[in-house]
Amino acid sequence: MSNENYRIAVLGDQDSVLGFKALGLDVYPAETVEAAREILHRLAKENTAIIYLTEELAAGLEHEIARYKDALTPAIILIPGKSGSLGIGMANVKKSVERAVGADILGG
Amino acid sequence: MPAINVNPTRQELTRLKTRLKTSIRGHKLLKDKRDELMKQFLDVVRENRALRKKVEDALMAAHGSFTVASALMSTEMLKQSLMYPKQSVELTMDFQNIMSVNVPQYHFKTRTADAGDVYPYGFAATSGALDDAVDALSGVFQDMLRLAEMEKTAQLLAEEIEKTRRRVNALEYVKIPQMQESIKYISMKLDENERSNTIRLMKVKDMLLKEAIEDKREADQQAMQSFQAQEEL
Repeated sequence: MSNENYRIAVLGDQDSVLGFKALGLDVYPAETVEAAREILHRLAKENTAIIYLTEELAAGLEHEIARYKDALTPAIILIPGKSGSLGIGMANVKKSVERAVGADILGG
Repeated sequence: MPAINVNPTRQELTRLKTRLKTSIRGHKLLKDKRDELMKQFLDVVRENRALRKKVEDALMAAHGSFTVASALMSTEMLKQSLMYPKQSVELTMDFQNIMSVNVPQYHFKTRTADAGDVYPYGFAATSGALDDAVDALSGVFQDMLRLAEMEKTAQLLAEEIEKTRRRVNALEYVKIPQMQESIKYISMKLDENERSNTIRLMKVKDMLLKEAIEDKREADQQAMQSFQAQEEL
């Protein structure tokens, strides 16, 4: 239980994340996977509870995402970027079912 | 795999029996834990899937409006409009305990009380599509937070279930059979020792008896001889 204030970050390409700025979230535009990786690590060290990451960038950051998967913070949540959903987010849900149950019992 | 490298002593046997009892109890408890975790996990995951679908659809709609807005307005203008957000979000985090797994619960507070009051720009110079986009985003934001909570919960539960399942299997298929094997080995060995001890005692008794009989016979013989000698005199 803590009453600290945490931050919510949105990480992705400029056009995909700009809108979130209006909501008062911390927006970090990153055009390349390398830049995103650096920002991701920095955010994880700081007080960030949730990082929304576009699927385009997530495709190149699987290793980093797996690293934070079992940690309490940050929660890295994939969102579709401007070019549409790549299905990675859904696939990750499926993967966690497979991890827990041994097989995907919920179906597509 | 038989664990033969144990000392076949009574003390070890008692120790192993206690351990076996504990293991069986632990196995039962862990199995119950796994089942309950699984039940919780499936609920969470079902909601997670539904929510993700909803959020993805809503975000795609928002991106659509945003694309229209960026087509109607210059990039500089768009950036400028969104540069200073009126709204800000404060997030606090609680932890909920699901079967000894800590999962986060997010609570957020917006700076301005009115959730609809999110447009950080005047309406004169901006396109209506931008309003739509911002509106759609603020509408989906609640669901996005809930999604974050659900998805993290699902991930943490999945990890815990995996761990518990491994433990249950290790106990069921390795630890408990191994201990049973050891117990069997020790009790057989102890029985064997006991039997050989009995036999040894019986043998010793036999030998002693034989000696006693021979002594007696000899004494008889001597008595007989001395009697005959007296007769002859």
